[in-house]
Amino acid sequence: MSNTQKFSLSMRLFHWAMAALVISMLAAGLLMVRSLEPWQLSILTVHKAFGVVAAVLVIARLVNRLFHQIPALPGDLSSLQKFVAKASHWLLYLLLFAMPISGYLMQYFAGRPIDVFGWFRLPAALNVDIENYAIFRELHGWLAIALMALVALHVAAALHHHFIRKDKVLKSML
Amino acid sequence: MKKQYLALLLAPIMSVAADDPPKVSAQEFVNLQQGETAHEGFRRAHAKGICLSGEFRSNGQLASYSKAALFETGSMPFIGRFSVAGNNPTAPDLKAPVRSLALSFAMSPTQQWRIAMNTPPVMAVKDPHTFYQQIQAIQAGPKAIQAFFAEHPESNDFLSWKAQYQPSGSFAAETYNSINAFYLVNSKGEKQAVRWTMQPTVSVSAGNLEGVDALHQEITNRVAKENVIFDWVFTLANEKDDENNPAKAWPDSREQITAGQIVITGVTPQLQGECHGINYDPLVLPTGIEATRDPILRARSAAYAESYRRRAKEALMGELEEQGNE
Repeated sequence: MSNTQKFSLSMRLFHWAMAALVISMLAAGLLMVRSLEPWQLSILTVHKAFGVVAAVLVIARLVNRLFHQIPALPGDLSSLQKFVAKASHWLLYLLLFAMPISGYLMQYFAGRPIDVFGWFRLPAALNVDIENYAIFRELHGWLAIALMALVALHVAAALHHHFIRKDKVLKSML
Repeated sequence: MKKQYLALLLAPIMSVAADDPPKVSAQEFVNLQQGETAHEGFRRAHAKGICLSGEFRSNGQLASYSKAALFETGSMPFIGRFSVAGNNPTAPDLKAPVRSLALSFAMSPTQQWRIAMNTPPVMAVKDPHTFYQQIQAIQAGPKAIQAFFAEHPESNDFLSWKAQYQPSGSFAAETYNSINAFYLVNSKGEKQAVRWTMQPTVSVSAGNLEGVDALHQEITNRVAKENVIFDWVFTLANEKDDENNPAKAWPDSREQITAGQIVITGVTPQLQGECHGINYDPLVLPTGIEATRDPILRARSAAYAESYRRRAKEALMGELEEQGNE
């Protein structure tokens, strides 16, 4: 176990940048699948482009993590709590990765190239495959719900550490 | 005194709000289109149709207006679809008020274009929420739709088209319109608002057609004998035209450019054809074509996506069930 008290600056920046991105993306996703307003197309386009950004960020973040020590969990946590803490963090990483991948694949199989801020486009299938589209469209939706639930648990746990246990877990990310 | 000012200030806002139709979501819209019982696995709108194959032969005339590779001189294959309006995949062809042509160009993995066109040249309304009310009125019967048009003067151009429209005896003899306007963007970044039509090269009278699948049989027989050809004609807006209003026709005097010909060389029943899996969302655009702010055009992606999601899931479940039974 390390003696580090705080997450490194780069890890904190990654964390909060991705927190802002994930919350915006989830909100945009929920709005754009329902709305018939003229801005729907704009949000849809931006959502897809930022999905590519999210995929790049999560890979960079995982690589960055390999080079940094992270603060140890408080010593008085039960082994079950420690397990849940670690498992939920790896599950978060997994979802942060699976969201853009499933989003891209549903577009790929529907034959819809993704325009990334007008810089370049990601390829799509030349022959549409509606059943593969269905798999990744439904997966993208279910993963989004799982991610919302896990983010809620993550926030609740951070607040629990700070206000009830009064330990340094939340402060280590500020 | 203050209250009076407040009332004066609010009056215009409130009167606008009173005229505005209630906002509907993509789900509500597709629910209305699909009706009480959904026809599983089929499109929620324009459910009945037939797959087409063929190519666009470009004459190069539009290349200076758009950098889309399609418009350079040459030919580009497409997967298309003729269809009739309505949610029932077995409805009688000749009862449908609207006929449609859709095209999908997969020029390259990063450049694809979907086009959805109908026989009317304009919408009767300007926004998706009023369009929802129009569909409700159509479903409620002739009196309701008459009352609807009386309350919506913006439907005048649509009604004058409807008054003179005579359905032909073939999918091949109809004129199909983009209805919504798009921008062509060239390599200098110049934008030109356009609408387009597919103009038929044959005329066929409706006289001796009969049967539930009359149009589908006619086109199948026709394509077995000869190619079906349309001229792809673009109309250029000028500064007097509002490209964001799909209910307003543009004058006949506007400049027109024929970009080439659409040549249909094959047809396949839709359940065996490649068109069945395609979502003809007209907002899938290549570089060189852009969407206008037309509220109806902008509403199409979300509505098409909802219909596509429903039938894709049904197709997947059907496939899984079949595998389970084997």
